[in-house]
Amino acid sequence: MNAPFYIAAVVAFLSTFMVVTRRNAVHALLYLVVSLLSVALVFFLLGAPFVAALEVIIYAGAIMVLFVFVIMMLNIGRQTAEQEREWLNPEIWLGPAVLTLVLAGELIYVLSRMHGRAYALSVVSPKQVGIALLGPYVLGVELASMLLLAGLVGAFHLGRREGTGGERRP
Amino acid sequence: MRTLLWLIPALPFAGFFVLAVFGARLREKGVAAIGAGSVGVSAVLAILAGISFITSPPPGGSWTQTLWTWIGVDGFRPAIAFYLDALSLVMTLVVTFVGFLIHLYATEFMSDDEGYSRFFAYMNLFVGSMLTLVLADNLLLLYLGWEGVGLCSYLLIGFWYKDPANGSAAMKAFIVTRIGDAAMAVGLFLIFMNLGTLNIQEIMQKASHTWPRGSGLAVAAAALLLGGALGKSAQLPLQTWLPDAMAGPTPVSALIHAATMVTAGVYLIARTNVLFLLAPPVQAAVAIIGAATLLLAGFSALTQRDIKRVLAYSTISQIGYMFLALGVGAWSAAIFHFMTHAFFKALLFLGAGAVILAMEHEHDMFRMGGLRKELPVTFWTFLIGSASLSALPLVTAGFYSKDLILWYSWSSENGSPWLWAAGLAGALLTSIYTFRMVFLTFFGERKKEAGRRPGRVMTIPLVALAVLSVIGGFAELPRTLGNMPVFSEFVNTVLPPVKAAGEAQSAEAAMQVVTSFVSLAGVYVAYLLFLRKRRYVEGLAATRTGRALHRLWFSGWAFDWVYDRALVQPFFWIARINRDDFVDLFYDGIAWYNGFFHGALSLTQSGKVRWYAMGIALGTVIMVGIAVVLL
Amino acid sequence: MISQVPFEHGLILAGALFALGLIGVMVRRNIIFILLSIEVMLNASGLAFVVSGSRWGQPDGQIMFIFILAMAAAEVSVGLALVIRLYHLYQSLDADRASRMRG
Repeated sequence: MNAPFYIAAVVAFLSTFMVVTRRNAVHALLYLVVSLLSVALVFFLLGAPFVAALEVIIYAGAIMVLFVFVIMMLNIGRQTAEQEREWLNPEIWLGPAVLTLVLAGELIYVLSRMHGRAYALSVVSPKQVGIALLGPYVLGVELASMLLLAGLVGAFHLGRREGTGGERRP
Repeated sequence: MRTLLWLIPALPFAGFFVLAVFGARLREKGVAAIGAGSVGVSAVLAILAGISFITSPPPGGSWTQTLWTWIGVDGFRPAIAFYLDALSLVMTLVVTFVGFLIHLYATEFMSDDEGYSRFFAYMNLFVGSMLTLVLADNLLLLYLGWEGVGLCSYLLIGFWYKDPANGSAAMKAFIVTRIGDAAMAVGLFLIFMNLGTLNIQEIMQKASHTWPRGSGLAVAAAALLLGGALGKSAQLPLQTWLPDAMAGPTPVSALIHAATMVTAGVYLIARTNVLFLLAPPVQAAVAIIGAATLLLAGFSALTQRDIKRVLAYSTISQIGYMFLALGVGAWSAAIFHFMTHAFFKALLFLGAGAVILAMEHEHDMFRMGGLRKELPVTFWTFLIGSASLSALPLVTAGFYSKDLILWYSWSSENGSPWLWAAGLAGALLTSIYTFRMVFLTFFGERKKEAGRRPGRVMTIPLVALAVLSVIGGFAELPRTLGNMPVFSEFVNTVLPPVKAAGEAQSAEAAMQVVTSFVSLAGVYVAYLLFLRKRRYVEGLAATRTGRALHRLWFSGWAFDWVYDRALVQPFFWIARINRDDFVDLFYDGIAWYNGFFHGALSLTQSGKVRWYAMGIALGTVIMVGIAVVLL
Repeated sequence: MISQVPFEHGLILAGALFALGLIGVMVRRNIIFILLSIEVMLNASGLAFVVSGSRWGQPDGQIMFIFILAMAAAEVSVGLALVIRLYHLYQSLDADRASRMRG
């Protein structure tokens, strides 16, 4: 019964790898969507259907659409892809890759010392999540709402063009 | 009357403040009225205080006016308090009265000088500080006055500051006296450490109880105070500043560098006489230094060309006499000579000032001559002053005071024939150089027209001081001449009497005849050498030894040269070597390493986000690595 | 349809995704790709939370994921606004061009 998890994990890994290595932004974005969907599947398999739905709706839906809009606005085409080719030479890859592999190796080493024992998972229903979210974590919800508001104001402020969006003209 | 004692020093201070703040807006007349008036009122108050002091002597012969406590720190409570006894009364009278006459003289002498109000402000500050010094009832207040007069001396020597030479003369005076003052400050610390007080009367009492005669601490305390006195009174080996101090205006030389400030050392030693009595070696040193100084300065005075420098060396020499008297225990004689010296030396300086003014600021005596007819008043008063300085017998004040010193240097317990011989030789030198000055300036052929004649305001002080230079001596008539020791009886209420070895009266008479003869002989020698037979002295100066001696004496025994080689040049040498202060190497090193690490770290501040991410990743790797190893 | 996965395997997947995201942040010069990589890293950390939550059958892991989601949304909106500004400023998406704060 564990096969779906491992298949989803491999898909997620491979598609994420593709995200990081693509030259064309739109391609990378599509791979990221795949990666997010497979992670959503992993969530579902781990007994968390509510966040699996959120992953699909918000991550793979809303946030990715934002990226698509920006990429379209900036009109990144073949020219940029050519530039990417110049930027992505093996020497640039080497240092960060080694660093990250060391980090990943350390993580895996630590995890492998735990007893790799399977256990029964239980579904944590959306109802439970909702009760906990608006019960003990209500303060966090308020903070998150403020954060989103700040993000909204910040994005508006940064995104408007000088002399067009605001009342003040410089 | 006595409750107004505080006004005596306060008035000159008030005058200083008024002149310092409003002086620039006042006209010359107003400045003169405030400057001379404040000192004049002080003089009147001092005379009134003196009359009431003599007519109704206070119990114990002294009177203290405590104004307020200056500082209160753990048992150390010096007060702002004035102490009036016979000694400080004499000093106060001389300072205020002579000071007033000199101020009066200066109102005319300094007229048309651009620093008129500044001059009187400094002079008033000086008189106030000097009175504080004299009247102080504790050594700390005395030290305040002591430094105050030192400051005024500096300011007034460099009064014409536009000439750099005056500025360096002022600095020289300040620095050289500072050497003595440092010793004196250490002496104050020593006294306070061991006796727990700085009140002069308490010190006198406690010292004689605590310290046995000749004990190390007493010797150290007396020697350190002597150091201060040597610097201020321009005695060997700190005498080099006084001749250069003549760079100041002539009234300043008269007031500060002849009549009052330079005798502060004499006053200090007389005031703390108990300490010096407890330290016989130091007292002997005082006598020897005095004798040596009076001789050396006398020889130097013989060769000077500048009239004021002659008087400066003469002042050093006369203070040497006072030190000699202090050293042999003739305290009252020292104070008596201080008083008469203040009269005749102030007179001589003021007369010299009148001459210099008439000669359009010419100081060189060899370019003067024949002024007898041109400046009659100046001539006669100057002649009286010179006679008094040379101690011509019977009619001059200088005779009585100097004779007393010479007699005690022979006859007192601490006296010796050698000291007497030195004093006698000094007396001969004194009359030679004094009358050399008189003959060169007022006799002989006229070399230059006299310009500005002294007016009435300048004449009054000259006449008044000339009168005092004659009658001042009658305050003390020796045994052989009427036996009326009024002055010493008055002062001896404070100072210990002379321990005379009990010589016969006939010996004293014989001594007086010898002294009189010597001073007259000096006048004759001067007449012969400098008026009649100039070729003798020229021939003498032309020989090789004569030339060498002349150069040596002219330079003041080459003390400046020695100090320059022994102290100043090595200091410059060290300063040159250590131009890049080696202590700074350490701090420069710190600065360099800081700069280096700043450079190194600012390389990481590349402004590139990816580098920062890399840094974070590297940090994470290391942290997790540590965690992995430790787990 | 509950799988019986060892807890560690979930975490290893999260770690692997995180490592890929990190490489992307460090290697890519294009700001868009850097932002995408950051999304990957945030998602991976969220996955670690959810795995841990499901290990003990508690909702807290999922709640942390929701917070991360909110944070990621805010971050992306501000980040993309910055990208647009940067592009207008430099006519380029090169992150290294925006290095005016170098020491």
